[in-house]
Amino acid sequence: MTTEAGDHSIVTRGLTKRFRGGQVAVDDLHLSVPRGSVFGFLGPNGSGKTTTIRMLLGLVAPTQGGWDLLGTPMPGGVSAVLPRVGALVEGPAFYPYLSGEANLRRYDAADPAADPRTASRRIGLALDRVGLTAAAGKRYRAYSLGMRQRLAIAAALLGPRELLVLDEPTNGLDPQGTREVRALVKEIAADGTTVFVSSHLLAEVEQMCTHVGVMRTGRLVAEGPIAGLLGGEAVRVRVETPDTAEAAAVLSGLGLAGVRTGAGEAAAELGEQAPERVTAALVAAGVAVRGLAVQRPSLEDVFVGLTGEGFDVDG
Amino acid sequence: MSTVDVTGVTAEAGPAPVPDAAPGLREDTPASRRPGAARAWLRLLGSEAGLTFRRPRNLAVLAVLGIIPVLIGVVMRLFAEPIAAEAADGPGNGGAIFAQITGNGLFLTFAALSVLVQLMLPVAVAVVAGDAVAGEAGGGTLRYLLTAPAGRTRLLAAKYGNAVLFCLAAVSVIALSALVTGLALFPIGPITLLSGTTISFAEGLLRIGLVVLYVTAGMAALAAFALALSTLTEVAIGAIAATVVTVIVIQVLGVIPQLAWLQPYLLTQWWNEFDGVLRDPVAAGEMGQGLLVFAAYVVIFGSIAWARFTGKDITS
Repeated sequence: MTTEAGDHSIVTRGLTKRFRGGQVAVDDLHLSVPRGSVFGFLGPNGSGKTTTIRMLLGLVAPTQGGWDLLGTPMPGGVSAVLPRVGALVEGPAFYPYLSGEANLRRYDAADPAADPRTASRRIGLALDRVGLTAAAGKRYRAYSLGMRQRLAIAAALLGPRELLVLDEPTNGLDPQGTREVRALVKEIAADGTTVFVSSHLLAEVEQMCTHVGVMRTGRLVAEGPIAGLLGGEAVRVRVETPDTAEAAAVLSGLGLAGVRTGAGEAAAELGEQAPERVTAALVAAGVAVRGLAVQRPSLEDVFVGLTGEGFDVDG
Repeated sequence: MSTVDVTGVTAEAGPAPVPDAAPGLREDTPASRRPGAARAWLRLLGSEAGLTFRRPRNLAVLAVLGIIPVLIGVVMRLFAEPIAAEAADGPGNGGAIFAQITGNGLFLTFAALSVLVQLMLPVAVAVVAGDAVAGEAGGGTLRYLLTAPAGRTRLLAAKYGNAVLFCLAAVSVIALSALVTGLALFPIGPITLLSGTTISFAEGLLRIGLVVLYVTAGMAALAAFALALSTLTEVAIGAIAATVVTVIVIQVLGVIPQLAWLQPYLLTQWWNEFDGVLRDPVAAGEMGQGLLVFAAYVVIFGSIAWARFTGKDITS
């Protein structure tokens, strides 16, 4: 476990949460988040992501199991470790009658490791990073949903962080804001900070993450580098043609596996075959090719394969 | 352990109910072992106080507390004779204090405190102490304070320290308002005490200071109760209302003769027992007992608040 603790920002060992009433929110979770990774924590709403995050941060006590943050066993290490962890948990929460800046000062004052002499500078930097400098003096009550979300991210960036835990960071953001958050996460990760980001938006995770873990009804159903997960799914070639039978025969003739035909199309796993050779073979056989596409597997395909359902069914 | 923090704070702000509480118990708060931990805690306390004393609702409460002594003073000035005569006939020392107001302005302070300590002051304290944890939980800010990480024991101690500061502020506002009103409307000079002896005006001020500290200690005990309730809910108004209702119920129990055996244990019975300072020498017996009762309430409800808050799942 010591070696694991060294290279991993988060390690959980059989983390389980059973709420009063018997409902099991998280069931025997073994999670390993490598240091320096951008880890996408996926799952439909209600699959136990937020409960897991609350347990990691010491807000909710697990029924069973243990966990390490930044190599330190928890929950004993909460006061030593959490100053190096920035967190956004289940949406922003601030004092409505205080300005954005005063709100950040309030949370900074709660951190015993924060130096009050540098507070103004750090708060200014954090506000600048999320583009809220102009609204720093405005009351939180008057903030838009997107500004509130940004302020919450700013609160997570108040100090130098080794780990950033972001629960649904793009909730409530417009497409522009979403892009900015993605860019910010990449920038933070480039500095060597591990980012643990939960989301129910597959495309978002696919674009920013190096690793993923997939939750389903409280259990982890897949975990690993995103390339590895996607590698498990075959790249397919799809041919649009009226001559589906001939096309299928050519694809089989090339030694491609998983040949299927549908209305006006034929498809197969590309395997080691080059797409241009497939095209040449089809044309040579006189198949009327209207279109040809190479389909790389998306995270959604992987997810559907793992859980048998699409992502947004629950939310 | 929270009770240690808690009484430590009381010792700064008012009379110390448990001066011999063991400081060694603090050690399982890791933050308190680091150098600068005390300063960091004071920063958190300052942040708490900043929130409390900038919040419009709390300022309104303090303003109301400040206006009432003025009203009492004006009414006494306008209708002094009949009220004083009536009050002097009435039972208890409150009446005796009231009867003295027109003779000496300083008595308005004692009179105002003995009136407001019955309900207005407890309501004010309940508003702040009942809101302390429940308000943060309801607003969702508690989870961010704890991931900062504020530390549960440390945050609770700051919450209680802040509540005690508010108690002191509320009592002081009443005392100062009454003092200024008394000086403006009534004669000033040496004071003839309830025991018949006369003390100087300066010593009178000193004795007002003692009463302020005593009443603050009584309110600090109520604050511990309200804080314990505050850890049980995410609805601040629930904790506030429950505190006020409890105060009223206890006061009703306090006037039922058949429950005389119970009354020494009731918190509200001791809030008004400060007329010992109006005797010469100061009759400290009653007040000493009162302080012991306050200390017991702080220890008991501080422990309940701590046990509850440190073991609680924060799901808000």
